[in-house]
Amino acid sequence: MEKARPLWDNPLQFVFACISYAVGLGNVWRFPYLCQMYGGGSFLVPYLIMLIVEGMPLLYLELAVGQRMRQGSIGAWRTISPYLSGVGVASVVVSFFLSMYYNVINAWGFWYLFHSFQDPLPWSVCPLNGNRTGYDEECEAASSTQYFWYRKTLNISPSIQENGGVQWELALCLILAWLLVYLCILRGTESTGKVVYFTASLPYCVLFIYLIRGLTLHGATNGLAYMFTPKMEQLANPKAWINAATQIFFSLGLGFGSLIAFASYNEPSNNCQKHAIIVSLINSSTSIFASIVTFSIYGFKATFNYETCLNKVILLLTNSFDLEDGFVTASNLEQVKGYLASAYPSKYSEVFLQMKNCSLESELSTAVQGTGLAFIVYSEAIKNMEVSQLWSVLYFFMLLMLGMGSMLGNTAAILTPLTDSKVISSRLPKEAISGLLCLVSCAIGMVFTMESGNYWFDIFNDYAATLSLLLIVLVETLAVCYLYGLRRFESDLKAMTGRTLNWYWKIMWAGVSPLLIISLFVFYLSDYILSEALQYQAWDASQGQLVTKNYPPHALAVIGLLVASSIMCIPLVALGMFIMRCLRRADTASVA
Amino acid sequence: MLWLLFFLVTAIHAELCQPGAENAFKVRLSIRTALGDKAYAWDTNEEYLFKAMVAFSMRKVANREKTEISHVLLCNVTQRVSFWFVVTDPSEKHTLPAVEVQEAIRMNRNRINNAFFLNDQTLEFLKIPSTLIPPTDPPVPIWIIIFGVIFCIVIVAIILLILSGIRQRRRKDKGPSEVDDTEDKCENTITIENGIPCDPLDTKGGHVNDAFMTEDERLTPL
Repeated sequence: MEKARPLWDNPLQFVFACISYAVGLGNVWRFPYLCQMYGGGSFLVPYLIMLIVEGMPLLYLELAVGQRMRQGSIGAWRTISPYLSGVGVASVVVSFFLSMYYNVINAWGFWYLFHSFQDPLPWSVCPLNGNRTGYDEECEAASSTQYFWYRKTLNISPSIQENGGVQWELALCLILAWLLVYLCILRGTESTGKVVYFTASLPYCVLFIYLIRGLTLHGATNGLAYMFTPKMEQLANPKAWINAATQIFFSLGLGFGSLIAFASYNEPSNNCQKHAIIVSLINSSTSIFASIVTFSIYGFKATFNYETCLNKVILLLTNSFDLEDGFVTASNLEQVKGYLASAYPSKYSEVFLQMKNCSLESELSTAVQGTGLAFIVYSEAIKNMEVSQLWSVLYFFMLLMLGMGSMLGNTAAILTPLTDSKVISSRLPKEAISGLLCLVSCAIGMVFTMESGNYWFDIFNDYAATLSLLLIVLVETLAVCYLYGLRRFESDLKAMTGRTLNWYWKIMWAGVSPLLIISLFVFYLSDYILSEALQYQAWDASQGQLVTKNYPPHALAVIGLLVASSIMCIPLVALGMFIMRCLRRADTASVA
Repeated sequence: MLWLLFFLVTAIHAELCQPGAENAFKVRLSIRTALGDKAYAWDTNEEYLFKAMVAFSMRKVANREKTEISHVLLCNVTQRVSFWFVVTDPSEKHTLPAVEVQEAIRMNRNRINNAFFLNDQTLEFLKIPSTLIPPTDPPVPIWIIIFGVIFCIVIVAIILLILSGIRQRRRKDKGPSEVDDTEDKCENTITIENGIPCDPLDTKGGHVNDAFMTEDERLTPL
């Protein structure tokens, strides 16, 4: 008697699992950046169009495939066509790469969370230099939050060639992060199903608290106004549309096999169309919600920095000209400057050289994304709030929940095919397979805790998943529509759920979405080919800022390997299957 | 005669205390920045207090216990509230070396600040760097404590889950062996009526009516 496939306790667990997986760090740290770069409020237009045209159809396709085939990604694609099991293998490989480097973000989250229980926050003050007469030089050149991130957390080396040693503190945090992931996936859907209740809902609670706190901060309206004023001319910029499509694509986590894995644990009669629409809508609205919070925080930070800059200018003028303390304020600064320029022209021109030009616009327009936004900009804003420890703990706890939720999806994508395969699951129990996976990923992940670890992290972040996923999803869509047959799939779905497939989905799957993916793929490929040398940002300790450097040959080789190893799975496995079939036919022919 | 002496004394004092003079220090106060509405006005009484504090600091230095308030000279008081000061020796002809004054002020900086309700940033002695207080480091970094707590909780939870999983699997292994026996008996007793096999009720998952069951044995052995 076959063991019954584990199921979600109720459809709500499935929806929560998908939300918890799709709503991740990208919603918090990538979407606000894109919104800022491509025209604020007007970016919502390409974003929503891409959601309807690309996001929902592809999400529904993956969920439907998983629910119909009731197996992980390898088994599902093998059922569609044995030559296509390479697609499933490619998904597993990409998921493996992702889980290796993604958990390092959780390790950083833990590091900051543990350090939030101090007064004052360690990133709010610079440490003193050797003879205690001033602050550390690197900290003076950069800011205290940048110093804490680059020196205390990462202990970053000046370039990717200098490896340095493993940072034991960060390694401990990484081990803890993997132990926590193991705890959540230990029992399969039984444990994952309960954990996703928390990882899906708690971030929203924290975001809501932050929304209220953010909107009541001084200067928040500056950031919000800056963000939401639409710049309509950006609609004509093709990059805006490409980035909207890319963001929708990667934000939903298509192509990793996690959605197929989650859907495979569904009852066959589950209404996955409704769930696909719900999940994609919630994902996009979370992005918009998170960007409101981010921009109010941006506005607060920009206003704070602007006012600090103004105060420095006022102090400089007051000291140089021995004016009465409190005479010069922000409102009469310009008049005073004019008066001083006319009254003491020579002295004023000397002082003028030291004066910084303070501008709120320039503070607001510094757009940051990724780890820089999450760990530097946010922590800088938090250190200036009252009761900063509480806000810091809440914020990093939210980051951890978001990261953990995505990790659960990633590991499910790898584990489901492994536990489905009879070869492995007959020899080892589920707990041992998960344990082995966590152990191997943790061991390889130690690379990211070295001094040059952040540079390798950026390599994985930028190249491990981008091109491969586009190709994987393209092959998936074409396979379902043209190899398996759209009519056959339609009748399968009708038999399974009892609902007919809407013409809209048919058009999208067969025509529009593949075309979109092909154009994205062509764009990225041409971008890589046309750019002369691949470059990265390295931290220069003496200047206290990032400098651009070229990748050395061995890093380029790793990038090539990353992209090739996942893409090559598709043709290689197809070829292997073909050869095996030929051999088997030759065998049966010789026997007969 | 007296007038002549008076002019002589003030002239000498004026020479001793000048902006940029030897052994002179510039002081800058930002009272309104520090105290806001509760700012006090800087007048000659405050100057007197300042001279007193400087004289007090000098008295703490060896060999300078005889420093009087009159030995501290202030000059060039501006609207900013900034001024220069020097400390003279008892002869009132020479100024004390800058190094001694600097050391004395540094040692008593805190008390001077407190006398005026100011701090190192709002009461500045230019050219006298303030000793920065290093942040207190607890013997065991706090983050390790919290890390240890969470680490132990996670390990305990993992061990509990693994053990309960092993126990469940052992119970399941014992269970199916009993179910297999009843299944064998079930297969032997399939009765056929009119060519249609009647399946016993329990394999179909129907409810057994307890009113008709007298013993625990569901199937009568052949």
